[in-house]
Amino acid sequence: MTTQMLGALESGLLYALMALGVYITFRILDFPDLTVDGSFTTGGAIAAVMISGGSSPWIATLAAVLGGLVAGAVTGLLHTKGKINGLLSGILMMIALYSINMRIMGKPNISLLGENTVFNSIAPLILMPIIVVIVKVLLDLFLRTDLGLALRATGDNQRMIRSFGTHTDNTIILGLSISNGLVALSGALIAQQSGFADISSGIGMIVIGLASVIIGEAIFGARTVFFATLAAVLGSIVYRVVVALALRIDWLEPTDLKLITAVIVVIALVVPSARRTWKQKSLARIRSEEMISMPDRKQVGGGL
Amino acid sequence: MLQLNHVSKLFHPGSPDEKIALIDVNLDLRPGDFVTVIGSNGAGKSTLMNMISGVLKPDAGEVRIGGHEISHLPEYRRSKWVGRVFQDPMAGTAPHMTIEENLAMAYSRGKTRGLSFGVTSKRRGMFREQLSRLGIGLEGRLKAKVGTLSGGERQALSLLMATFTEPQILLLDEHTAALDPARAELVTRLTQNIVSELKLTTLMVTHNMEQAIRLGNRLIMMDAGRIILDVDDETKRDLTMERLIGEFERISGHKLSDDRVVLGS
Repeated sequence: MTTQMLGALESGLLYALMALGVYITFRILDFPDLTVDGSFTTGGAIAAVMISGGSSPWIATLAAVLGGLVAGAVTGLLHTKGKINGLLSGILMMIALYSINMRIMGKPNISLLGENTVFNSIAPLILMPIIVVIVKVLLDLFLRTDLGLALRATGDNQRMIRSFGTHTDNTIILGLSISNGLVALSGALIAQQSGFADISSGIGMIVIGLASVIIGEAIFGARTVFFATLAAVLGSIVYRVVVALALRIDWLEPTDLKLITAVIVVIALVVPSARRTWKQKSLARIRSEEMISMPDRKQVGGGL
Repeated sequence: MLQLNHVSKLFHPGSPDEKIALIDVNLDLRPGDFVTVIGSNGAGKSTLMNMISGVLKPDAGEVRIGGHEISHLPEYRRSKWVGRVFQDPMAGTAPHMTIEENLAMAYSRGKTRGLSFGVTSKRRGMFREQLSRLGIGLEGRLKAKVGTLSGGERQALSLLMATFTEPQILLLDEHTAALDPARAELVTRLTQNIVSELKLTTLMVTHNMEQAIRLGNRLIMMDAGRIILDVDDETKRDLTMERLIGEFERISGHKLSDDRVVLGS
């Protein structure tokens, strides 16, 4: 049980980088970016090919990040300059990346057993918290800079930030790029931790990312950027714990995992909005009853 | 300061919906001019604003600000010179970001946005001072999300964000129209104070006739894509609503038809 939980913590931290990437597109840019399914594999593919070719694992990981940055930028270009619907731009890129990843890898699966990875000298449970904290803090700081504020405003009120001189095409491309860079970083580290890169490893990744972000927000809240990124990280860990527990149930097959994930996302999306509607309704009812019982009170509230 | 020379704009050219939005419009604003714009529905008031801010580009003619020919610059590159407040209180601010973050974005208007922090303690002090000039207590709520403010508060904040970097041109597009009378009056008063204090060259579209006459030093009236009446400061002082409406009907040959036109408040 403890080993399982430690394993869940470890993969939670590895996937947390991917969740942070999804947070940037899904929450900040309000852009459902399906590139993730492809760029996650790209990260693993680049890292695996370079490591098995004898490169330093750190340089291989860095190259994987660059690959992700480029993939995201292309999706951004398709959407902004090509004026292709956001969802479709991501799908197109995801499909294109499948072939590209195959070209990079040369075969559907590359084994890294016995190769020199970043986890050879430092155990994942020690290295990963350090990497995740560094990435989270850097992301928080970036989102507070002039450029970071413009990025956030692009997802919040595009018309407004344009009227203050930001070319929103550029901020969208930048956001997608950073997001997929993080996703590829996650893919590269997971390939090294699991000992192989596989062409199909990215399938369903976007849903796992969404699940992490949404679960995190539901449990830990997302009042500020600091808490929102923290929620994405913790959400990723909680998701892995839930998965580990689910797999202990006898009648569940490992292949049921994707269904469980989809169900978690649906619940997490439906419950808060249903609860909000219900709250609004009951509040409206209480307020109107108050108004009726006090006929001489003109209007409550007022001021500016 | 602001010049429009022979500006024309056609919507949906060649289609059955073809419509002249502006035709051969000439306008010359001197520095510090505060011009109110009135006109019937579809007269071209909003198109005029969009033409200046860069949301739309003229089909013919040119737009100049302070001597620069800017007709073909996109909106984001004109923002250096042009501040704007929209009719919709939701349009001018980012709801999920805090008041200080919104101000920081406005503060970097037209500058290259880099990796320095948006809200620094120095800037925060300045923001607080600016907000206190609005006199509605926002200076104590720097970390509040803008989405939690009322429409009037948001519009007052939008006005401050559009003006505190002193743009060369201020565009106000019916910016009090969506507010209730008391809040509209407050935002109008703030507008008057800010414009006169900073001596901003201002173009204000309004459908409130009384306001159009009372505010500013010049009034223009538009109809069917043209400026049909241009009233200077002196004449404007003796202007009454009846005379203005009479004048409109005499020149345009039809009744002033704006379902939202307000004669006074």
